Amino acid sequence: MISPQLQAIVPMLSVTLAALACMTWEAFRDRSEAEQMPVGALGIVGLAGAGVSAAFLWNGNATSFGVISGDNFGLFVTLVLVVVGILTIMFSSQVIERDGIPSGEYYTLILFALAGMIMMATASDLLVIFIALEVLSLAVYVLTGIRRDDPRASEAAFKYFLLGAFSSAFFLYGIAFTFGLTGSTHLDRIGSYLAAQSLSDNPLILVALGLLLVGFAFKISAVPFHMWTPDAYEGAPAIVTGFMSTGVKAAAFAAFARVFLSSFEPFSADWAPIVWVIAAATMILGTVVGVAQTNLKRMLAYSSIAHGGYLLVGLVAANEVGKAAILFYLAAYAITNLAAFGVIALLGARDRANDELRDYAGLWYSHPGLSALMTVCLLSLGGLPPTAGFIGKWYIFSAAVSAGYYGLAIIGVLTSVISVFFYLRVVVMMYMQERGTEAPRIQVNAVSMTALTIAIAAIFYLGILPTQVLNLAAQSIATIF
Amino acid sequence: MNLPLLSVSWMLPVAGAVLLIFVPNGDGRRNALVRWITLVVSIAVFAVTLAMWAVFNPGSAEFQLVERRLWIPAFGIDYYLGVDGISLLLVVLTGFLTPVAVLSSWIGIEKKLKEFCIFLLLLEAAMIGVFLSLDLFLFYVFWDAMLVPMYFLIGIWGYDQRIYAAIKFMLYTMAGSVLMLIAILGLAYLHNAATGSYSFDLLKLYTLDIAPRTQFWFFLAFAVAFAIKVPLFPFHTWLPDAHVQAPTAGSVILAGVLLKMGTYGFVRFAFPLFPLAAAYFAPWIAVLAVIGIIYGALVAMVQPDMKKLVAYSSVSHLGFVVLGICAMNVNGVQGAVYQMLAHGVSTGGLFLIVGMLSDRRHTRLISEFGGLKAVVPRLTAAFMIITLASIGLPGLNGFIGEFLIMLGAFRWDPRYVVGAGLGVILSAVYMLWMFQRVYYGTVTNGENATLPDLLPHEWSSVIPLCAIALVMGVFPTIFLKPMEPSVTRVVERLQNTQTLRVRNEMQNAKLKMQTIRASK
Repeated sequence: MISPQLQAIVPMLSVTLAALACMTWEAFRDRSEAEQMPVGALGIVGLAGAGVSAAFLWNGNATSFGVISGDNFGLFVTLVLVVVGILTIMFSSQVIERDGIPSGEYYTLILFALAGMIMMATASDLLVIFIALEVLSLAVYVLTGIRRDDPRASEAAFKYFLLGAFSSAFFLYGIAFTFGLTGSTHLDRIGSYLAAQSLSDNPLILVALGLLLVGFAFKISAVPFHMWTPDAYEGAPAIVTGFMSTGVKAAAFAAFARVFLSSFEPFSADWAPIVWVIAAATMILGTVVGVAQTNLKRMLAYSSIAHGGYLLVGLVAANEVGKAAILFYLAAYAITNLAAFGVIALLGARDRANDELRDYAGLWYSHPGLSALMTVCLLSLGGLPPTAGFIGKWYIFSAAVSAGYYGLAIIGVLTSVISVFFYLRVVVMMYMQERGTEAPRIQVNAVSMTALTIAIAAIFYLGILPTQVLNLAAQSIATIF
Repeated sequence: MNLPLLSVSWMLPVAGAVLLIFVPNGDGRRNALVRWITLVVSIAVFAVTLAMWAVFNPGSAEFQLVERRLWIPAFGIDYYLGVDGISLLLVVLTGFLTPVAVLSSWIGIEKKLKEFCIFLLLLEAAMIGVFLSLDLFLFYVFWDAMLVPMYFLIGIWGYDQRIYAAIKFMLYTMAGSVLMLIAILGLAYLHNAATGSYSFDLLKLYTLDIAPRTQFWFFLAFAVAFAIKVPLFPFHTWLPDAHVQAPTAGSVILAGVLLKMGTYGFVRFAFPLFPLAAAYFAPWIAVLAVIGIIYGALVAMVQPDMKKLVAYSSVSHLGFVVLGICAMNVNGVQGAVYQMLAHGVSTGGLFLIVGMLSDRRHTRLISEFGGLKAVVPRLTAAFMIITLASIGLPGLNGFIGEFLIMLGAFRWDPRYVVGAGLGVILSAVYMLWMFQRVYYGTVTNGENATLPDLLPHEWSSVIPLCAIALVMGVFPTIFLKPMEPSVTRVVERLQNTQTLRVRNEMQNAKLKMQTIRASK
């Protein structure tokens, strides 16, 4: 049996090993072979291992080295990330071959990013969170610019890198202040130290809090730190965008919630109003600006900003319901958004991304199946029953209402109506406009189709029979907060 | 009888829709298969709703045929269905109008027929679900789920401005309903605060003691959602667009059933949940209803387009329904429910026949027609019956409801009846004037001279409509009797709280007097 010291890192280790295997394979593979999928399969094996081990660790509360804690909260996010990873790899099989992306590097980077994300979700020490943040960020920067011949991708990667480095600096500075104040970087110790403090004695706490908040806000692209998001999301290959907008967000939110709802919980009365404003601004800006977009990837970039806002509502509410709601919403959003980007990625061509809104005109007539799947994703993003998105939104808003934040809940529901407007624009294009030029028919391979089917089944499952996952989410928060 | 009739009634259309997915797209024969499957499924659903009626005990005010299963136990959300006299008849109406809608698109829909039928069946399922739900969460799920198929029906198979109309319909309705969602969540939260557990159970929420101020806001949130759906003046602007652009089947369902979801919402949710706020707002809503009655009628009068005319007439007729509900006495509410059914039949019929004309001529402008009586006598006769039903001729269905509503409103406050009575006269004016311009006179347009009369599938949808209109007019007790206990219960609940409030106020005043006296 594995020593208890190591148990909590097994999921992460499994993914890391898969990444190393991919790298080795890439170094030694026979260049004349064009075969792609085996590398991806390695990744899926690694992720499956992570998923299985996470399931075994459930309720175990294992900790490794005192800095990685395999509590249910971290494991829940780990499972979400595993699903994100598997779906991403399955979608990628067709896409990277078509776009001529080097498969070894691509899968290796995806897996390293996932290892970083899992680490971030389970870390219980600020420094480890920072390391995890860097591991995942560096991988994602490169992934953003992996199509080196595409100037837009390079621009996106560069912007993302600069602003990301900037935010990392903020975050690190916040850690330094916290350490200076409390003498520790471990979340529990910070928490117990801070519990005895008051803001009036120690105004520096606010500085530490603010810097950490800015760091996280960058990563989850909350307003006003969202500037990089639309450019990065538009420039990156669609499937990478899907991966970033779900995986990175899930990991960053997990760490955000962990830090703010455990260590900085004693000061929630001080940070909640700030996060309230950020949440409101994020929801409003994300949807309102989203309305004006004509590029689908850019539109979904703004939509994902808005979804970050909904997640922040759960953080502000900060009650039992709110914490569990964050987890459920993350799962629902991750699957839905990834599937939507998967469809976009599949519809692209090597020389042409086909991601403008008008490229979707009459899609129903040429690809009825894909448009139906896309419609389900969009309706779920818009929060219409009976989909995962509806239950997620309902859960978040019920958290806000039961915490007495009626204002935030009203902003939330109204912005989600506005967001339905732009999701419907895509639906209108697909179903109600005639096709201008006859586009070539796209064959979707079996692996991608399976991934899509799984995702859609999950969307309906979470929308119609959410009890099981809701209970898991509720259990997850019971252990740590 | 162990068959869960209520679940079957909404799951059957879903099953039909799923079945249709597996019918391959293709040629004429496949389309015929799709049509027949849809028709058979919708008739089967109608049969189920009739079976519901057959086993329903008309003497009881309680919810019957109740089905209850845990759904999301952590939040006290149940899969909880039940039917009482009010919802029973609306479900039967839905079951009745769906086959009519299917028949109305028997030859009109060419493009993507299979998907059309799928959306129609899903729409039926969601509508039935709305009427049967006794759990507010479940109700909201059906309420919102209903938007999607309707949106597609208008947006894909509608007329020229269909996209605009579809989006407007969707956003308008959603904007109203999301605020209701907040109020629903608030109610569950209040229940949690009062009893320690969340619940979305309507019957439990009825018993909550809600502070007047909270009632005020929650009632507003519910009322706006329902007022948009009804649509109550001034929230009606989505309706003419949606109606005019929708395909005939969409219009029939929209006018026949969908609008009733708003008035049903008032009777079932907004008024009984928040009786104090209801008493406070009722006069204001009634004023809007009367404005709607007259405004809808006046605007209908000047419409050049038959479909638009009928659409505005709906605004007017539903004003009556809302007025009856606001009266909050047995006559008024009973009349309102009756008028919902009557309007469903007669306006559904009007849209159906206007759709037939529009299918034949590809125009709906009144000025394009004239003298049709000589060309299509049978169609004219059918239209005549439905028109008279719609304007409330005694002996046909429209009369009973309007009469009861006015009776109820008169008992409450005669001033409203003046406005409503004006609406009755105006409705005769615009309907008969349209009838005269379309059917009487000589054939002025050569294209009209060779129009075919009723076709077999049209007969099969027109005859039941006319028959029901007649039965409802001559034997209203068949329909009034099952709804009476339930209506009485709703009204008692409303009046009890009202009298309580009056008593409280009097007591407060007495106390005040006493303290004043004591201080002197």
